[in-house]
Amino acid sequence: METYSLDYLDQLESEAIHIFREVAGQFERPALLFSGGKDSICLVHLALKAFRPGKFPFPLVHIDTGHNFPEALVFRDRLAEQLGEKLIVRKVEDTIKAKGLTEPKGKFASRNALQTYTLLDTIEEFEFDACIGGARRDEEKARAKERIFSVRDEFGQWDPKLQRPELWNIYNGKIHKGENVRVFPISNWTELDVWNYIKRENIALPNIYFSHEREVICHQGQLVAVSDFIQLEESDTVLKKTVRYRTVGDMTCTAAVESTASHIDDIINEIIATKTSERGETRIDDKVSEAAMEDRKKNGYF
Amino acid sequence: MDILRFITAGSVDDGKSTLIGRLLYDSKSIMIDQLEAIEKQTRNKLAGEIDLALLTDGLRAEREQGITIDVAYKYFSTNKRKFIIADAPGHIQYTRNMVTGASNTDLAIILIDARNGVVEQTRRHSIITSLLKIPKVVVAVNKMDLVDYSEDIYNNIVIDYQKVATSLGIKEITFIPLSALNGDNIVEKSERLSWYDGDSLLTFLENVETHQSVNLDIARFPVQYVIRPQTEHLHDYRGYAGKIISGIYRKGDQVIIQPSGTTSTVEKIELGGKEVEVAVAPQSIVLHLADDVDVSRGDIIVPAGQPCKTAQELDVLLCWMDSKKLQTGNKYILQINSKTVRCAVKHIAYRLDVNTLQKDEQVSTAALNDIVRATIKTAAPLPHDAYETLRSNGGAILIDETSCVTVGACMIQ
Repeated sequence: METYSLDYLDQLESEAIHIFREVAGQFERPALLFSGGKDSICLVHLALKAFRPGKFPFPLVHIDTGHNFPEALVFRDRLAEQLGEKLIVRKVEDTIKAKGLTEPKGKFASRNALQTYTLLDTIEEFEFDACIGGARRDEEKARAKERIFSVRDEFGQWDPKLQRPELWNIYNGKIHKGENVRVFPISNWTELDVWNYIKRENIALPNIYFSHEREVICHQGQLVAVSDFIQLEESDTVLKKTVRYRTVGDMTCTAAVESTASHIDDIINEIIATKTSERGETRIDDKVSEAAMEDRKKNGYF
Repeated sequence: MDILRFITAGSVDDGKSTLIGRLLYDSKSIMIDQLEAIEKQTRNKLAGEIDLALLTDGLRAEREQGITIDVAYKYFSTNKRKFIIADAPGHIQYTRNMVTGASNTDLAIILIDARNGVVEQTRRHSIITSLLKIPKVVVAVNKMDLVDYSEDIYNNIVIDYQKVATSLGIKEITFIPLSALNGDNIVEKSERLSWYDGDSLLTFLENVETHQSVNLDIARFPVQYVIRPQTEHLHDYRGYAGKIISGIYRKGDQVIIQPSGTTSTVEKIELGGKEVEVAVAPQSIVLHLADDVDVSRGDIIVPAGQPCKTAQELDVLLCWMDSKKLQTGNKYILQINSKTVRCAVKHIAYRLDVNTLQKDEQVSTAALNDIVRATIKTAAPLPHDAYETLRSNGGAILIDETSCVTVGACMIQ
């Protein structure tokens, strides 16, 4: 038997494209959840490879917490326009008003948990049966156990004990009405894989991923950008630092890292050398409890 | 740099989680914040050293019960390879999870506790490994520190295991004595095991030839989706999107579309939007045919001289994965790659005891974690290959029409 081996990035890319096409083939009303972060930007790039010269068989959907980095929003709008693909934006702000939800309080009042409400409402509004997301299994322990096609009940809940077995490369997308499937095409990618792919494919990113000067405060060792969304206290010292973002979430729960990496090669070198995990270094929301992600996922979070 | 996917089979008692934790830790894939988190938990448990097993016990439910309830995936890489570990629990009730984790791996690590040698569980894991046709097996004889690194004890285990392997037809086996707890023979070769002249586990994993499960002799292209932009500019564009699951496709190849049997010629191949002359598994491509023929999702495009077998009655080994028992005569949906077809399980010939390989013919159903030999009747002819010949086109799942859940895994004989 003659054998042959593809480069690992080619293998990961092909697997992701295959998953995208399974979504297109199996679902009536899929959506691609797009945040303007690097993982979802990679998803868009993979979708282009999966479906061009045709149109995407799904809209891009952004659940806007109102606490986003302005740079990510500009990037989002420009990308959707360039591609000529439909972008649907639903705002957490509107859900809070319409449903009389209580805004979280405190210094870093994060709407991260409230996003779930808006997401579930949006799924209901458009009757989405599949939502494609950029979550990766290397990010977090609870994610490591999740399937590529992850079924959620009508309340958006994930039950880790009742997951469907996923064998070979066969994806079972059969669901009952009201249920939906979260699909993760880059499940098997690591942070470094994503960056190496961005480099290889020359994918454009919002400039906050590269080093820049920013006013920050230091909170428990993490650098949080000064913005309208966080409440400064008298004891806080505003510092000017050269930073970049390793992940891009809400301004209230994403920390910057000190870095002078202005080119993708520098970033890749820093990631190879780093001793802290992506979420550990940059996410304030995962530290709330040991099982923070597990709990949020069970409630319908991505 | 390529990818090696492997499964680790063993129970917590064999030190499986410790082994994975050790591989991640010694290959520097564990970050400080993750270590801090497990150090904190280790202290809570009043244990001594860092409990590396905690790295793989993901969910709170598992940590509370000290068990692994599902397949978890872990990643690490060295300069030579990216590794994807399917971490499947080894308890008897979890045949389903091991089958799931094993289904697309190139290699299995079977853990043996040096103090206990080959036990019932070792046989079970080996039987599943052989049924799933995992190409390579590493037998990791763990806890050598607890048997004073004894060469004799190790040699006896090797002899015992070889008997098991011979009876199962497992050929490509590598034995490695190690201690996951102390890191002996994991990344570096251990001086305490100086009598062993093979590679450390990591060195072996970095260099083992896997064939990548890519078979260039048989070409298979299941169609997932038809791209038809229908714009003015691309009015006649009709591309068949899919992943080559085996073999090689060239422009100009004579092909058959199954199950219809229509023939045509490959007119154009697109890879990532660019036209190419040749494409190979596992590339995702868009294929164009010279003739205006009827092709849709679920069809498979194969070389004219190399069609799939087509049958409406399939002889399968079936692993049952649902808590509701199999009902012979009930309708299920069978899915093989992108093709679905209604089917019924007509007859069960025997149940295979996964501990002894004995066949029990006095059965009429299958319960969770049972493996049975069965005959499945499909509503329409199904193109397929034998699992033994081509894993990627010989494995199928059964879906319960009413619950929508995946209830079974079939290996077509």
